[in-house]
Amino acid sequence: MANGSALIRHVSDRLGYGPRPGDLDRIAETGVDRWIDQQLHPASIPVPPQLDQRMAQFVTLRMSPPQLFVEYGPRVGLEPGAKPTPEEQQERARRLQFVVGEAIAARLMRAIESPRQLEELLAEFWFNHFNVFIGKELDRLWTGAYVEEAIRPHLFGRFRDLLGATAKHPAMLFYLDNWLNTAPGSPGARGQFEGLNENYARELMELHTLGVDGGYSQADVIALARILTGWTIGPIGPGRQGQQPRVTSFLGPMRIFRGGERPRVEGPRALGPRGQGRGVFVFDPDRHDGTDKTLLGRLIRGRGIEEGEEALDMLARSPATARHISLKLAQFLLADHPDKQVVDAMAKTFLGSDGDITAVLRTLFASEAFRAPSSFGTRFKTPYRYVVSAVRAAGVPVVNFRPLEGILNQLGERPYACLTPDGYKSSEDAWLNPDAMMRRVSFAVAFARGNMRLELPPEEGMEQGAPPPLRPPAQRGTVVDPAALLKTLGEDRFSQRTLAAIIGAAPELRSAMLLGAPEFMRF
Amino acid sequence: MLRREFLRLSTAAAGLSIIDIGARAWAASGDDASPRRLVVVLLRGAVDGLNVVVPYSDTIYYEARPTIAVPRARQQDGALDLDGRFGLHPALAPLMPMWQERSLAFIHAAGSPDPTRSHFDAQDYMESGTPGRKATPDGWMNRLLAQLPGKRSATTGVAFGPTLPRSFAGEMRVTNIATGRAANNPMPIDRPIINAAFDQLYSGDDPLSRAYREGVGARAKLLDDLQQDMVQADHGAPSPVGFAQDTQHLVDLIKRDPGVQLAFFDLGGWDTHVNQGTSEGQLANHLKPLAEGLGVLARGLGASYRDTVIVVMSEFGRTVHENGNRGTDHGHGNAMWVMGGAVKGGRVYGVWPGLTDSALYQGRDLAVTTDFRSALALVLERHLRLDKHALDLVFPGAPPAPAAITGMV
Repeated sequence: MANGSALIRHVSDRLGYGPRPGDLDRIAETGVDRWIDQQLHPASIPVPPQLDQRMAQFVTLRMSPPQLFVEYGPRVGLEPGAKPTPEEQQERARRLQFVVGEAIAARLMRAIESPRQLEELLAEFWFNHFNVFIGKELDRLWTGAYVEEAIRPHLFGRFRDLLGATAKHPAMLFYLDNWLNTAPGSPGARGQFEGLNENYARELMELHTLGVDGGYSQADVIALARILTGWTIGPIGPGRQGQQPRVTSFLGPMRIFRGGERPRVEGPRALGPRGQGRGVFVFDPDRHDGTDKTLLGRLIRGRGIEEGEEALDMLARSPATARHISLKLAQFLLADHPDKQVVDAMAKTFLGSDGDITAVLRTLFASEAFRAPSSFGTRFKTPYRYVVSAVRAAGVPVVNFRPLEGILNQLGERPYACLTPDGYKSSEDAWLNPDAMMRRVSFAVAFARGNMRLELPPEEGMEQGAPPPLRPPAQRGTVVDPAALLKTLGEDRFSQRTLAAIIGAAPELRSAMLLGAPEFMRF
Repeated sequence: MLRREFLRLSTAAAGLSIIDIGARAWAASGDDASPRRLVVVLLRGAVDGLNVVVPYSDTIYYEARPTIAVPRARQQDGALDLDGRFGLHPALAPLMPMWQERSLAFIHAAGSPDPTRSHFDAQDYMESGTPGRKATPDGWMNRLLAQLPGKRSATTGVAFGPTLPRSFAGEMRVTNIATGRAANNPMPIDRPIINAAFDQLYSGDDPLSRAYREGVGARAKLLDDLQQDMVQADHGAPSPVGFAQDTQHLVDLIKRDPGVQLAFFDLGGWDTHVNQGTSEGQLANHLKPLAEGLGVLARGLGASYRDTVIVVMSEFGRTVHENGNRGTDHGHGNAMWVMGGAVKGGRVYGVWPGLTDSALYQGRDLAVTTDFRSALALVLERHLRLDKHALDLVFPGAPPAPAAITGMV
């Protein structure tokens, strides 16, 4: 039975962000294998109505990129050509901050409260894999929409769908500059669309698919960039009937499409009711290089947008991609240096199932390496996992997410804020250092005593990123009860030495010590 | 006079100790007394270089900027004459002594070869040191840290600000020094009763316990320094504010720990699309504290100013023509500022492309005739004594310095 409870803790830690109150009992009742199966089919797990209601309050999460641009973007309330006054600029910044705040709060809320924990874990993983930076101009508006439209619908589906959805999403087109990518000398090459931009093509192979050792050359990067010329961000904003809408962005006027061949406009996939109306991915034939290319030794006939689809098909089905994705998934879910046999088995499943993510995960979770007790509790949590797991374990109903965002910023892992396209790392050597230990322990103390007041509305003047202050009891939120916390986490998670130290400590420090103990830093 | 902050370890690498900051100061005073230093100030938001180093002898400048041009030298509120051709913005008057003693130079029409007008991308490229390449994982100053000759400690590289800047990201350990109010907030772990409780959880020889104990040691030392500071502050004058306060901190840190060799500051507020002002106004109000801070640094370093080079730069310049709101929009070429005892100052370096329509980049901006990397590489080579191989690692693929700047250091 001791082994059984260890396995229950293990799956709760590894297929999610650790237990909330009562979770370990629920997994025991369901049975580990059935519980894993449910997690692999999130639709089978009911979402509590309160969570649905709270998610519904994030208004910008239900908006498409064009809607966000029109309602929260840089041109709201301005006549064409007019420059904003300082007051209008301030208001614009405030609106943008609102959109960013909603995206981050939604991410944290679901990670903390959703019973579909594997879904949340995969949302973190796939976002990091197809990273965009929420601080880059228009991506302040669009990162939340990117998660909803390009990432979340495909978490358990086919890798090719995820790849296609991210390739065409304006957040990615903007982040990695493919919206500028233009065939030199083409009819549309002028102004800022002056030539080839290899950024996206390079990362598409190096990070998103084949991997850095995936066997491609600089010539392949250029070929792929040429294939993807004209994949861009199209008309945004309310154009009048029969007229081409004029589009502006932070970067100045975007191209106005002239007569002759019309750009091909396509709504982002899987938009549901939001997808109605005008999408923002367009293929602009005027800026496309229509000549034949050779990519990875294969001839791609110049013929328009289909070249890009063909290239994505090739990349998604390459054995190098199967290996690269399997290794990254295993590094995220299994170990910093995962067993080669497991990765090989996952890659085999990937190739045999045409990139079926659920099938690949099933191979991983069924492996001996995943269930070996010697691996339980051996990994060091990332800051994000540490903070989310602490809030989950305490069962605090969070209303104000700003203090969590601030702590994560201090710890170096604010959601959606990784600048570089490789996304946040998940390994111990990336995150374990003396300063991190001081900050985690200090967070545990402030949080366990209710000093962060997460369940209360925001206060004015709380400095973002400041260490949490120690407050007198009258100003605190809920104090975390150590006995309940211990029950939630499972007593045999902790060593006898740790438990003895905690019992010997002052009662008001016991919850903090449970959350700040080495056994809770690991998972 | 010791004014210490909570030093923050900010890189992933664990194992080294920051507790020995003081000890290192003792050790360093014995050997080659004056390590060479580089201080970088990044002006985020694109400062208007044409109103900093003003081409006041060019009539096109005045035609292009009817309401925001800085008046000609020797006119009322005019530019401070530099060389008969260019003049300095009058808010930068505190820097004129350095110009006169020839330790301040400018490189005009410098910048990045990448055409982007996105603040984010341009800063990213400037900080990674690899324009056009987004996947570079580390910053050029971190790579530089790895190539510096001689001994290194956790404080060989220091960054001022709330989090580690992209310029310093990477494998080498860098110390982050908080600025402003956040620096003085204690953390719960600083309380003895809390500290004692957690000590019991981390008394082993595992990686977590080692990291924990190293962290506690560093905190104890910093708290000690903070207390000394507070005692001294009671007797001292009110502390300076803003950037000058931060540069004073660097001066104090260097006095205590001469091993500091690389320092980084960043300042925002330069994105002057609207009402940027002329000799006075928005831009002037930002330049003034910058000049004061640089003055504090130059004077405070005393004899070590000789061994220091200070570079001020910005991600791109601003449009030659003013816009409809008495401001300027995102442009291309800019001026780099280079200061320090090792600098052959009193000159505006670089190739001046002029402001005629045909000379402008994409018909609107000052062209770039000096790649910022080749200017920095020159400082690294001549001042910090990096060899060719090391330079290639810091700035892979950077073009050679144009002849028009090679005399600068």
